[in-house]
Amino acid sequence: MMHLAVALDGLGWHPAAWRTTTVRPGAVFSAEYWIELAAEAERGTLDFVTIEDALGPQSAAFHLPDERTDQLRGSVDAVLLAARIAPRTTAVGLVPTTDVTHTEPFHVAIGIATLDHVSNGRAGWRPRISSRAADARHFGRRTTPQLTDEDVRDPESIARRMSPLFDEAADVVEVARRLWDSWEDDAEIRDTATGRFLDAARVHHIDFRGEHFAVKGPSITPRPPQGQPVVTSLAHASRPYTFAAQASDVVFLTPHTRDQVVATSAQVRRACAAQARPAGQPLRTFADLVVFLDDDAGRARRRKQRLDELDGAPLGSDAKIFVGTPEELADLLLDWHAAGLDGFRLRPGVLPHDLWSITRGLVPELRRRGAFRTAYESSTLRGHLGLSRPANRYAGSRAGRR
Amino acid sequence: MHLAAQLPGIHNVTVWSDPRSRSQIGWESFAHLARTAERGKFDFFFLAEGLRLREHKGRIYELDVAGRPESLTVLSALAAITTHLGLAATVNATFNEPYEVARRLASLDLLSGGRAAWNVVTSFDAFTGENFRRGGFLDEAQRYQRAEEFLGVARRLWDSLSLADLPADQATGEFVRPGAGTFAHQGQHFDIAGRFTTPAGPQGHPVVIQAGESPQGREFAAAQADVIFSKYNRLPEARAFYQDVKGRLARYGRGAADLKIIPTATCVVADTDAEAAELAGEITRAQVSPQTAIAHLEAVWGRDLSGYDPDGPLPQVDPLPANQLLQGHSVFRGDRAKVARRWREIAEDRGLSIRELVIAVGDGQTFVGSPATVATAMRHFVSTGGADGFVLVPHTTPGGLDDVVDRVVPLLQESGAFRADYEGTTLREHLGLAQRHTAREAIR
Repeated sequence: MMHLAVALDGLGWHPAAWRTTTVRPGAVFSAEYWIELAAEAERGTLDFVTIEDALGPQSAAFHLPDERTDQLRGSVDAVLLAARIAPRTTAVGLVPTTDVTHTEPFHVAIGIATLDHVSNGRAGWRPRISSRAADARHFGRRTTPQLTDEDVRDPESIARRMSPLFDEAADVVEVARRLWDSWEDDAEIRDTATGRFLDAARVHHIDFRGEHFAVKGPSITPRPPQGQPVVTSLAHASRPYTFAAQASDVVFLTPHTRDQVVATSAQVRRACAAQARPAGQPLRTFADLVVFLDDDAGRARRRKQRLDELDGAPLGSDAKIFVGTPEELADLLLDWHAAGLDGFRLRPGVLPHDLWSITRGLVPELRRRGAFRTAYESSTLRGHLGLSRPANRYAGSRAGRR
Repeated sequence: MHLAAQLPGIHNVTVWSDPRSRSQIGWESFAHLARTAERGKFDFFFLAEGLRLREHKGRIYELDVAGRPESLTVLSALAAITTHLGLAATVNATFNEPYEVARRLASLDLLSGGRAAWNVVTSFDAFTGENFRRGGFLDEAQRYQRAEEFLGVARRLWDSLSLADLPADQATGEFVRPGAGTFAHQGQHFDIAGRFTTPAGPQGHPVVIQAGESPQGREFAAAQADVIFSKYNRLPEARAFYQDVKGRLARYGRGAADLKIIPTATCVVADTDAEAAELAGEITRAQVSPQTAIAHLEAVWGRDLSGYDPDGPLPQVDPLPANQLLQGHSVFRGDRAKVARRWREIAEDRGLSIRELVIAVGDGQTFVGSPATVATAMRHFVSTGGADGFVLVPHTTPGGLDDVVDRVVPLLQESGAFRADYEGTTLREHLGLAQRHTAREAIR
């Protein structure tokens, strides 16, 4: 069985998507728009939806802000959006993106833990480094590398320039993971005989000291229902592969061919082997694909072409762009799944159109071929992904004392 | 009269030992409390903040309810199951940055249809700072300067981008107006510039709440806040505070109705006044367990008193007030030598045991009696210039508001002292506050 997720961003991943969407484009700033998308993903029994976010405006350039007025600009905090969706859905995983370069690790960690509490165990997280130097001016506390036009042509070059931020991001995830474990599951004892609500021996300082920050702990939020919410990351180069191996439960890769699927998967496996991941905590590998789907492949091509014309340039993407029918996409996904991937994160070219094509076209096709679930079999995101609830890293540490 | 509900989780108000007491972190508890508050037509639901678990004698403090969510995240979830209730988060101005806080509050206001509020607090200790990149802390004067500048920057950011700047017009192909969201600010604490990304919600600016006590805090609130949380829930001192703060408003071109003063209060309701009094005594004793009594005494005395009998007299040993045993607890950070002298005087005058003393110096219960008695007392408090309403703090989670909402609120409604139904949809409308925008001349 393959895993399937959808990446939600604005009104779709084509910069001109808002021009042709069937919803009112301004609805992107309202809760109901997002709830409807997540509910549709849930009707398709998808593993999870991701929600993009950044602490600066969108831009046509990877590394610089721009002055374009003909593309979607503006956004809503992704964690709050995910929390707003949670009570209106029951099974689909919710994976917001947060910046980890300009934010406080403690706040981010308790935000994700809280999302896990309000969703009864459906939270994930995509920590993201801030790769646009202009965003640092929004905070005025540090500077980050300014990528050049030359840099952005090559993912390895970007990753090299950003390497210190990846190191720091790995520290942020380590802090979050320790904070999530800092309360043992049975820390709350409510012992009236001794007047104790908590057992201090089951609540732990995390004592993290890194190059960029220190966090004492413990968390103020008790251990989330999943123990550890699912950490995801997007990776295009060797340093991010290592980051995924160090920090993530799910990695989003961007192969463009079957050969690249094989080669990239092997590279990720080597990175995992070098990191000595905890036993029983595999890294799930997903491929990202931008999709334009219609029952008639010609129609999908014309739709995409029209969007390219509206935007003034053909769509550029780190991930493979798939234009065709749900059946053709199912062929590709099954082939790549056989080549070693655990699942796929599809980026709809236009919302909600291409999401419907996924849930009402692709999903039934995959089910017909016995490759995708027909109903949810678990209630947590870890459960959907076949990941067990991890033991608490601190639970053993008090054994000698009691 | 305005009413708010606070989810407990601070100090020893919550009686976790009550058999009806449920999870203080589970979603169902928050949902129950918020739905109850909305059923009671409350103005808003309020969450406090504590960014580090308290420690006593070098260990995590065990006696009080602990464990809380990230405020804005849980409030955003509550927006999904409520339609009118205001949603107030306490967010620290010391351990956050304006761009992110302004963005998250604008997001909550959008996602809740104009129901967001921000209780602006500053942090007082390096102990809390140990959980943050910034570390450290600021002295009293700096704290308010930073908070004031922080709030000013947040307002500027909210004003920098509105839905009107985002026409998203498919016919013309214009999504965003040129330059929308542009801001620049240079001050003592913040030097920032760029583009804001989240359009202001229906309220323009979320409702701003403050809890200033010091003259500086009162001045800050008079200039900037829409609501003050006060601790003054006894009439004479409440009236003095009320008059003092309202008297400062004219200086800022504001009227008395522009700032609501609402003290925190607890209610104990029973069929008769006598039963309620008995129940109030039980609650208070449960709040001050023998262990809590000793811990509070230790916090003031600055020394280990675990060998003393909570039902016996105060120890003869002198306090070591410089010694801070209980960290992260705002109540015990004042002049401990002075507090210790006062406590000894009270205990000796009235012949109180340790536990009786800690009960006597505590807040006790604010409104106690039959539903009619409590409703009358609340109305009297408001009509005689003590407050504009109350933040009610229930003793138990999640059922602690049920009695007030089911038995007291209907009486307040019948008498016309409290709304029978919501008349608007935004929190500013519930509070009778104008939509707030500052001038935009600095932006373009």
